[in-house]
Amino acid sequence: MEFIGQTILNGLMTSSFYALIAVGLTLVFGVMHIVNFAHGEFYMIGAYTVWVLYAKMHWPFFLAVLAALIIVGLLGFLSEHLIFRHAKGNVLSGFIMAVGLVFVLQTAVVKIWGVGKMKPVPAAYPQLLDFGGISTSWQRFIVIPVTILLLGALWFFLDRFRLGRALRASALNPEAAALQGISVKKSASTALLIGSALAGAAGALMAPIMSVHPYMGHAVIWTAFVVIIVGGAGNIKGTVLASLLFGFLTTIITTLLDSTIANLVNVLVMLVVLAIRPQGLTGHAEH
Amino acid sequence: MQNISYRQAFFIGVFPIIAVSAPFTLSGYKVDLLTNLLINIMLVSSFRLITTTGGWSLAHIPMMGCGAYASALFTGALGVPFLISLPLSGLTAGLIGALIGYPLARTKGFAFFVASFAAGEAIRLSWMRFKVPFGGHSGLMVPIPDLFESVSWLDFSTAVPYYFLTLLVTLICLAVLYRLDRSRIGNTLKAIESHEDLTRSVGINRTKYKVIAFSVGSFFAGIAGVVLAHRLWAIEPHQFGFTTTLYLLVWVVFGGSHTFSGPIYGVVSLTLLAEVLRPLAEWVPMIFGAIIILTLIFLPDGLESLPGKIRPYLWKGKERREPPPPAEETRPGPMAAPESSER
Repeated sequence: MEFIGQTILNGLMTSSFYALIAVGLTLVFGVMHIVNFAHGEFYMIGAYTVWVLYAKMHWPFFLAVLAALIIVGLLGFLSEHLIFRHAKGNVLSGFIMAVGLVFVLQTAVVKIWGVGKMKPVPAAYPQLLDFGGISTSWQRFIVIPVTILLLGALWFFLDRFRLGRALRASALNPEAAALQGISVKKSASTALLIGSALAGAAGALMAPIMSVHPYMGHAVIWTAFVVIIVGGAGNIKGTVLASLLFGFLTTIITTLLDSTIANLVNVLVMLVVLAIRPQGLTGHAEH
Repeated sequence: MQNISYRQAFFIGVFPIIAVSAPFTLSGYKVDLLTNLLINIMLVSSFRLITTTGGWSLAHIPMMGCGAYASALFTGALGVPFLISLPLSGLTAGLIGALIGYPLARTKGFAFFVASFAAGEAIRLSWMRFKVPFGGHSGLMVPIPDLFESVSWLDFSTAVPYYFLTLLVTLICLAVLYRLDRSRIGNTLKAIESHEDLTRSVGINRTKYKVIAFSVGSFFAGIAGVVLAHRLWAIEPHQFGFTTTLYLLVWVVFGGSHTFSGPIYGVVSLTLLAEVLRPLAEWVPMIFGAIIILTLIFLPDGLESLPGKIRPYLWKGKERREPPPPAEETRPGPMAAPESSER
């Protein structure tokens, strides 16, 4: 019984983390049709922000997370203006631009902070959290409420705000949206701003748990891609569901076997889904 | 007979002199660099074959690794001679390519990137996870090729003989790939990408041709992997990681992939650039990243389109007004924005 409870808790934490990363990625894809490979680097820069502000300059942890969210969001906004705008909706050229951006950001971080040294980020909330035998640390638990809060805010924004609805319209049908007087460019930069900010927040929250280094984005981006393929690219609801599926799948297999097998199983699930339902589990077929 | 063009003159007259004399005038390090360049030329040319069908595979470097691992196992564990192991390992890579090429051929665009990436990563994870044949993280040792054991001066553990071996293999591979590009199959493959509806309507089996392209491309990538492995003497999963894939993409995008020679221009010029920038080696990834972004914004069809773009400016002053020669290929580039997405 305790094992099951522990697995559910761990699964929820992993799922929240996946959702935080993947929703931003799927939002950017939905609006701009850009396979943003630099999303993992945005996550990495979020973690570095927390390392600098919280571990070295001793800001309060949540202030550092908020700063990471804003800084990485602005970075995404900037990258849309300078780079991704010129892809003009072409998937291949957008993807390769993102690859170029990966190189640039990684090298920048390596040159500024060095590659070899560990960047220890002490846990802000090391206290143990105990639900009658099922235990975790507050630091790990915190990702669940923050994810619910951020995704809730995103839902509220997309559902109630004019700009949010414009963003959804641009994702559904750019031409029709443009005919309605919606600025598709503005929607695109908003999508990258929000998507990157979510990645930054995920990196910031994970900094005390994961090891912070310039190449930490790689492992994350690849899980995020698996999640959004299965959820249906551009489909936020499907992405959240797929995050839950893979969060629990990864947790269970990692507990029983090991994490490499878990990664292999994730890929196999994705390939099977692609072969049977290329539009993702919840999506509906496009032309 | 027509007049020989400058390009043909270069390949008949100048190139052999450079290729043969270079290793005797350069230091051992530089010769190894040339060997590496030849291997990379094989890699980009085989990659171009797959891109002509519209699939920018992210599994190409792992396919190269398949060839390298296969040869390490054939020559190391089973004692197969190098000359047999070379085509056999290529075939192994081609077979694996056909297996993963089939589900990949059903996807396109975004899904193709991610699926090929994941398939390649799954292959790499298997090398890391299964220690028994593949040696896990530390990889495998690869024996030095023993082509002519009786000839003692031809020692393939030194740079110059190995350079000539690589040169020979590269020329054969390029000749085959070039013929394939000009053949009926090559034209069919190009039509699959550029005239989707037409190929459907005349009843071309698109999936079949895509799998063929993927498999043949993987075969040549595997050959490149074999040649690489036998020069390095040891291989590990990390070498075939995503960073190498990124460099492959940068070479091909920078050179352009419409013509056969485009990717080769790309890899040669960027290798030279990286060599010139060796004092700044740590900055090279950032410079490459910036180059690739600027290329896509300002020269989306790559280096190969540059002569066509600057020619009008060069001839501007002259009276001669010839009609422009028909373009070699008129298919829209993969980088050209689709008309439907104009905003």
